[in-house]
Amino acid sequence: MSRSLTPKGMTRRHFMSHLSGASAMTMPALAMGNTLLANADDLKRRRKSAVLLWMGGGPSTMDIWDLKPGAPTGGPFRPIATSGDVQISEHMPLMAKQMHNMAIVRSMSTREADHGRGRYYMHTGYVPNPNIEHPSYGAVLSHQLSHQRPELEIPPFVTVGGGSVGPGFLGMAWAPFSVNSNGQVRNLQMGLEDQRLYQRMYALDLIESGFINQRRGSAASDHQKILKKTLNLMTSSQMDAFKVASEPENVQERYGNTNFGRGCLMARRLVEQGVPFIEVDLGGWDNHQNIHATLRDTKLPELDQAMSALVEDLEQRGLLEDTAIIWMGEFSRTPRINGNAGRDHWARSWSVVVGGGGMNGGIAVGETNSDGTRVETEPYTSQDVMASVCKALGISLQTTFTSQNGRPMKIANSGKIIKELFS
Amino acid sequence: MKLHLWAIAILSVMTQMLTTSGSVEAQTEASDYGIQEVAQINQLVRQGWADYEIRPSIAATEGEWIRRVYLDILGRIPSVDELREFTKDRSPDKRKALVTKLLYDEQYTEQYANNWTTIWTNVLIGRSGGTERNSLINRPGMQKYLRDSLARNKYYNEMVYELVTATGSNTPGTDGFNGAVNFMTMKLEEKAAQATAKTSRIFLGLQVQCTQCHNHPFNEWKQQKFWEMNAFFRQTRALRRFESGTRNVSHVELVNESFQGEGLTKDPNKADIYYELRNGITKVAYPVFVDGQTINPSGYIEDVIRRDELGKLMMESRYLDKMLANRIWAHFMGYGFTKPIDDMGPHNPPTHPELLDYMGQQIRKKNFDLKQIISWVALSEPYALSSRTNSSNESLDDPLLGETPKFSRFYMRQMRAEELYESLLTATRAHEGRGDYEAQEELKSRWLGQFVVAFGNDEGEETTSFNGTIPQALMMFNGDLVKKATDKEKGSFLNELAASEWNNTQKINYLFEAAFARKPNTNEVKVANQLLVARKGDLTAALQDIWWAVLNSNEFILNH
Repeated sequence: MSRSLTPKGMTRRHFMSHLSGASAMTMPALAMGNTLLANADDLKRRRKSAVLLWMGGGPSTMDIWDLKPGAPTGGPFRPIATSGDVQISEHMPLMAKQMHNMAIVRSMSTREADHGRGRYYMHTGYVPNPNIEHPSYGAVLSHQLSHQRPELEIPPFVTVGGGSVGPGFLGMAWAPFSVNSNGQVRNLQMGLEDQRLYQRMYALDLIESGFINQRRGSAASDHQKILKKTLNLMTSSQMDAFKVASEPENVQERYGNTNFGRGCLMARRLVEQGVPFIEVDLGGWDNHQNIHATLRDTKLPELDQAMSALVEDLEQRGLLEDTAIIWMGEFSRTPRINGNAGRDHWARSWSVVVGGGGMNGGIAVGETNSDGTRVETEPYTSQDVMASVCKALGISLQTTFTSQNGRPMKIANSGKIIKELFS
Repeated sequence: MKLHLWAIAILSVMTQMLTTSGSVEAQTEASDYGIQEVAQINQLVRQGWADYEIRPSIAATEGEWIRRVYLDILGRIPSVDELREFTKDRSPDKRKALVTKLLYDEQYTEQYANNWTTIWTNVLIGRSGGTERNSLINRPGMQKYLRDSLARNKYYNEMVYELVTATGSNTPGTDGFNGAVNFMTMKLEEKAAQATAKTSRIFLGLQVQCTQCHNHPFNEWKQQKFWEMNAFFRQTRALRRFESGTRNVSHVELVNESFQGEGLTKDPNKADIYYELRNGITKVAYPVFVDGQTINPSGYIEDVIRRDELGKLMMESRYLDKMLANRIWAHFMGYGFTKPIDDMGPHNPPTHPELLDYMGQQIRKKNFDLKQIISWVALSEPYALSSRTNSSNESLDDPLLGETPKFSRFYMRQMRAEELYESLLTATRAHEGRGDYEAQEELKSRWLGQFVVAFGNDEGEETTSFNGTIPQALMMFNGDLVKKATDKEKGSFLNELAASEWNNTQKINYLFEAAFARKPNTNEVKVANQLLVARKGDLTAALQDIWWAVLNSNEFILNH
């Protein structure tokens, strides 16, 4: 028996085998590992995933995906042709080669133009309500898709470089696992002999359960669930998926030497490992001033390089048809350019980009009027995007959650499917 | 060995006694300690229980209560000595005596001031304010102002007046230092939009940030109101000052300057400001307070200093006292009368309007004396209830289930990251003989930095990953702070405990009292002994295992 081994660096199976014979102490509630209950059909079905590229601050979509050259609101950017049947900004040349995989929903029309409210609404499909916290995209989708991967030992909802939105009434067990883009997860090493760790966990579980049994409510029991997940993760070789630095240099270069680039590369590795939901954050879109220089010189090149590499890699590896990609922020920016050469908050007419998961690529859905101030076709909402992503991932829109107060809540808040994505 | 079993038997009897005495206590009317405000608070909360036909939880044990009081007033759990001193005391008014001691005894003044400085610093400038390079905020300057004010128990309305009207240098040790300016130095960009929004939100409980660009969808706030409020801040500027003869920034100075207005005519006697409706129409605005009171519109500082006028108007506003009542209540009870606590507009009615109004009035009557308000809430009946639920309030009074809070039980919450930090120091006696405040803050803020996540927008919003998820669990399992707390090298807490002349039972008791403010139960003593066997009699190593388990438990991390 190898005493010097730390749990890290072993496979979990190996670690478990150490534990099974290690002590007379048993481990009642903290039984480690996922129960292998999934039936054979589930295992055979292809694993579905989603990647959300979250643009914190609210990007100006009429400078990226829905240009209005010549309009007084249009700004200086020119449209260019793409590999799909759409035009996009000249500052997105690499994405232009990937647009056959992506669809632009140009008729988004929402009402939340405050950062906090917009972030919540776009992540959950619900407007903020003081009496209930709704689960976010990552919590909902990982909750629905986790059964497809009983072998997954790392968290099913990972957020890279940002905070995302929490699990709401689904409970802390579905909270995002947030890492920074270099993929170094802090405090993974315990440096303790297996048997001793196991004995500590036994004592901990006893104290933990004693407290839970005193009717202390969900805060006490959620803590125990998190302990179990933490132990799983500490002992899993699947943590290697976070190590973007182990990718060949030329691959890293293709994604770009930026936090967002490394985040997108990590997202690809996590999809390959079977993580059902990854959110990668790119902030800095709150361009109240000097917007076009900022977009041209920093934001768009960073976005273009990383996003295009991700789409390309997923397609090449045959993963794109089972992986939905969603690109969006909390809202967009005013068509009118303000006195500081910036654009302010605007939710009434804007674009979201989706692709993969069998959704039609190369198209634009809906349109805005000539100066971008109004949606001309059927308007779509956060709920509709979420419903469409659910459909792409094979999740039934009849799925209903029961919030803890017994209120039934339909998945995606009864949004309607954006039909052009599936015809 | 026999002696040992005997000790366990005693322990389990004691545990039962604690539980029993707890439930007896609940049936009698809670004491109001002869304080009129406490009596009135109890009565108004009880009224709510009666309306909803809820039976409140049993009273919390003494240990649970004292742990809360220390956490919420001083920002740390009680030491074993403090716990034992309180438990030993048999006088009927000992709870009142303890609260009074924590608030007014000199030995606690510094801890009280430090804790509330942390709380207010996070409210005023966030956890990351002043930590970025080239920041206009000097975090130590903000903290120095707050510490001085809180240690002297400056009246809250005076503090608000000073924060809103401050001028001077942001950096301690420079000419004209006034730490209060740090609240506003970073909030003046884009026509002082953040100063407008944060001042309204933090002190008046009015969320106006949406109305910068459009009328509020859910309350009566119109876009006009935002810009009228905004006009108060337009004479204010934050200027970088340089060390003489160099380009090194020495400090930032907040000044009032005459404001000539935005119109083409630029007439400072009127000092117009303009904003744009969503339909493109331009409108003009002048300084008008939320209740409609106007001031001299002149932009000349010789005529009127707009922020001074705003400060005076705020001092008189009922929103100011109600917002403070809501904030203090939420701090102690886990939930406020509105959610979020700083959104108290007419669209978001409070759960206990009468109580909120009463507390606000009393606060005003007592000159906004923070320590008095704190003692009312800390000595109230709902604050002394157990966090255990009963069949009557389990689902009817669980805000996590979307119910409005009825305060019929104590709502558990995670310690704040700062509270955990300080509590670990207390529990391991590492707080004795620490460095000075600045050095401690530096260490603490470096540790806290790992949990701060920014949202990437201009409003400087942030969240924390210290929220009960995996990264926090990993930090508690393996992080440096807990490694240090469970260290067994010479001179460490555990090493000294092991070497003490106490017997093993006493040593184990000490650990449980230090972390949980209670003694271990039978099962816990049993597992502790098993660990001692497993460590082959290496007592320090066994204590280390127990201590690690205790610190990683829900009971430790939760304020319960």
